[in-house]
Amino acid sequence: MFSTASDAAERIAKLGWFMIVLAAIIFAGVMIAMLIAATRNRARDPRDVDLTETGTGWIIWGGAVMPGVVLLAVFVVSLGAMGKFPEPNPIVTIHVTGHQWWWQLDYEFPQHADEFRTANELHIPVGRPVRVLLTSADVIHSFWVPRLQGKLDVIPGDTNDLRLVARRAGTYAGACAEYCGAQHAHMGLVVVAEDSASFDHWVARQMAPGAAPRDSLAAQGERLFVGGACASCHTVRGTSAVAQVGPDLTHVGGRLTLAAGTLPNSLASVEGWIANPQALKPGALMPTLGVFDGAQLHALAAYVSSLK
Amino acid sequence: MTSIVDDIAQGELALKRRLTAHWETPHNWLGWLSTVDHKALGRRYIYTAFVFFLLGGVEAAIMRVQLARPDNHLLTPETYNQLMTMHGVTMMFLFVQPVLSGFSFYLTPLMIGARELAFPRLNAFSYYVFLLAGVFMYASFFVGQAPDAGWFNYTPLASVKYDAGFNIDFYCLGLIYLGIATTVGAANSIVTILKLRAPGMSIDRMPLFMWSSLTISAAVIFSMPPLTAALGFLELERRWHFVFFDPTRGGNPMLWQHLFWVFGHPWVYIVFLPATGMLSMIIPTFCRRPMVGHAFMALATVATGLIGFGVWVHHMFATGLPQLSLSFFGAASMTVSIPSAVTIFGWVATMWYGRVVFATPMLFALAFIVQFVIGGISGVMTAAVPFDWQVTDTYFIVAHIHYVLAGGTLFGVMAGIYYWAPKMFGFLLDERLGKASFWLMFIGFNVAFFPMHITGLMGMPRRVYTYSQASGFASMNMLSTIGVYILAVGLLLTLVNLVRSRAAGVAAGDNPWGAGTLEWLTTSPPEHFNFAHIPIVKSREPLWDGGFTPGPAFDDARLTPRTSALDAMLERPVEMPIDSVWSVAMPVTLLLAFGALLVHSYAWSAIGIAASLFCMARWMWPSSATVLETEV
Repeated sequence: MFSTASDAAERIAKLGWFMIVLAAIIFAGVMIAMLIAATRNRARDPRDVDLTETGTGWIIWGGAVMPGVVLLAVFVVSLGAMGKFPEPNPIVTIHVTGHQWWWQLDYEFPQHADEFRTANELHIPVGRPVRVLLTSADVIHSFWVPRLQGKLDVIPGDTNDLRLVARRAGTYAGACAEYCGAQHAHMGLVVVAEDSASFDHWVARQMAPGAAPRDSLAAQGERLFVGGACASCHTVRGTSAVAQVGPDLTHVGGRLTLAAGTLPNSLASVEGWIANPQALKPGALMPTLGVFDGAQLHALAAYVSSLK
Repeated sequence: MTSIVDDIAQGELALKRRLTAHWETPHNWLGWLSTVDHKALGRRYIYTAFVFFLLGGVEAAIMRVQLARPDNHLLTPETYNQLMTMHGVTMMFLFVQPVLSGFSFYLTPLMIGARELAFPRLNAFSYYVFLLAGVFMYASFFVGQAPDAGWFNYTPLASVKYDAGFNIDFYCLGLIYLGIATTVGAANSIVTILKLRAPGMSIDRMPLFMWSSLTISAAVIFSMPPLTAALGFLELERRWHFVFFDPTRGGNPMLWQHLFWVFGHPWVYIVFLPATGMLSMIIPTFCRRPMVGHAFMALATVATGLIGFGVWVHHMFATGLPQLSLSFFGAASMTVSIPSAVTIFGWVATMWYGRVVFATPMLFALAFIVQFVIGGISGVMTAAVPFDWQVTDTYFIVAHIHYVLAGGTLFGVMAGIYYWAPKMFGFLLDERLGKASFWLMFIGFNVAFFPMHITGLMGMPRRVYTYSQASGFASMNMLSTIGVYILAVGLLLTLVNLVRSRAAGVAAGDNPWGAGTLEWLTTSPPEHFNFAHIPIVKSREPLWDGGFTPGPAFDDARLTPRTSALDAMLERPVEMPIDSVWSVAMPVTLLLAFGALLVHSYAWSAIGIAASLFCMARWMWPSSATVLETEV
């Protein structure tokens, strides 16, 4: 949270440093006072202790005045760090829906009446506040990209409104921060902040249907995908696979990670994932099917990876 | 001349024989089982709580092995989540609160110059409910369905749709059942502290540990109902399709969070303030002078208990509530640190004007202060709303809660053990082993938990069963794991110390530390009747300034004096009940009622409730013994 990439995160990081320095000073002060207090009368006979001192000054100055001043300062500074809610970029709204254990992302472009669905990898244009609307399809999750923004919970039956604005281009890791069941640990997400041109290019690609297979292996994979178990949960736009249970895979080959940040995306990891998701992410809602042989897995992986 | 002395000695012996006859528990298994002696029950509370502490500690130790390395496969996520949940439930509900209650039930009559708690049978009842509630919740491991939604059990994750097994039913029913023990125990403490203080112990002369017991008991009375309601709602929703939290049917999951934290935050102080009360007893003894600012300390305790009810939303800063209301709760949460600061500076000032003796209890007390200052400061940091948006639900919070509850309460309890064990057992503990145990625990604790602040700031969410190599959390986690094992060795050394010192059997004497409060007036261990003569109290530390005189013996029956709530003017001696099997049977019948609910056996549940009512009636039935009304 201290290597920030947004003004919001920067304000919180500054508040954090302010409090850490203050904390260190206060801690050191109290410890020094305690050490002196504990040792200053060592030479004295235990039976000869000053009982006349009431010590009320300690309590008034140390117990009330000092913390009163410090707390007031911290409170005022923290109010400043809350920051204004920036006006959103009207061009795009991202609807984030938390699922056990992945993120569904629906991009909406009100001005063009365009929209598309993707998963687990959020692209945003640099420097423009993006409106992110958070809700959940099942249990409570929490949307957290530390370098960009504090957490905001993702609550079923409720919509939370977040502004995401990246100061510079980059890839920022995020995670679910509210305990949400077996695979809470593997509910990552990635935010890719890029310049407008790259963003527009990415949007254009996402709007397109899934790429048609370019070789016979991928074509075999597509047949297996569409005709088999895959299509009962997943969508690849442009094919007859239209189920909405699992993440939209129309452009999964172009994403950086697989299974909500569980694995880096590669041909091998796609094949491994399809072969046995329960070994890689135990408890995930995608079953280990065990119906494909090695050659079929190979074909499926080739097809899925080609969906760039 | 000698004959007069002999006569007096003979008279005292005869008095003690008469009192023993009134107060002794029968020496057979039934007597052992159904005793109402607050000392026996207090010790049992402490032993039982420590057994649960060991279980919770083993759970932590297993989790720390899993987290020592990235991408570790030692535990399945489901096992990890059950261990994580039961670690929290155990430490929160089956260790810290009961162990502090145990100290309170053991020490309260001794500290206030009474012979019993106000409701001795209720005390036996609450002990057995606590024991059986713990057994009930741990039984869940034997069917492989331990609670697994975290100790604060957020719904919908805890709803039947996402957690269909018995896991959450064990949690809800177990905690409702346990809540009975907690509530009646608190009522017992309140009445005891207000009505059974020795004549002359006006409320301003009452020891500070009694102030914290009184405060937290009142807080228990007001904070348990929202928890019980929430648990009841959840169970109704899970079992009978009521709608409270389910958003798909018009419920609201935020209702659980509000109800839980309206209970949960006062609870944090309930399991913390008694430890500060213990320190306020221990520090003056080892500084050889009375507490600085006694009245301020008492006020700070009460203020903390009160403010604790107004800060629950700081657990919910990231839920999307309006920012204006968040800043109010942020401000309230910061305010609570003012009474804490008063307490800390009161202790430091007491050391400043005193002459510190570095015995083991004092070392634990000093470590408590160090760790409490850190935990308090990290608490203020999380009360700063925007900062909390970053650190909430990360290891920073794990560090914070452990600095307060382990670094604070656990170290306070350790100080309390080293301080009061000679009173409870009659033998002195070995100081060398005690200091070795202290240093291992102090170093182990800080090595384990300080790095968690950093892992949290680096971005590690809490409650993850593993993390990746790429995250960069590995080295800090390894450090935490090593620290936990050092801490465990330190704890074991104290166990060794207890066993060895018992064998060595160096007699403690009545007042080994030269302390000033009434519990040190009794023999070690105290006799059945605590005090042969009820002391008439004239000061705060009567043993230091001779501020007491031996008062009436009240030896006609099982009697302890009742006094007025504020001034402690003697009203009359009241007869205390003797042992009863019914106050032990009722926890069992209640367990039947709750256990039957768990397995959907409603007929048996009804039988359990009927049997409980029968036990209660027999328990309350006036005995044939004379009902004494001695006016004084």
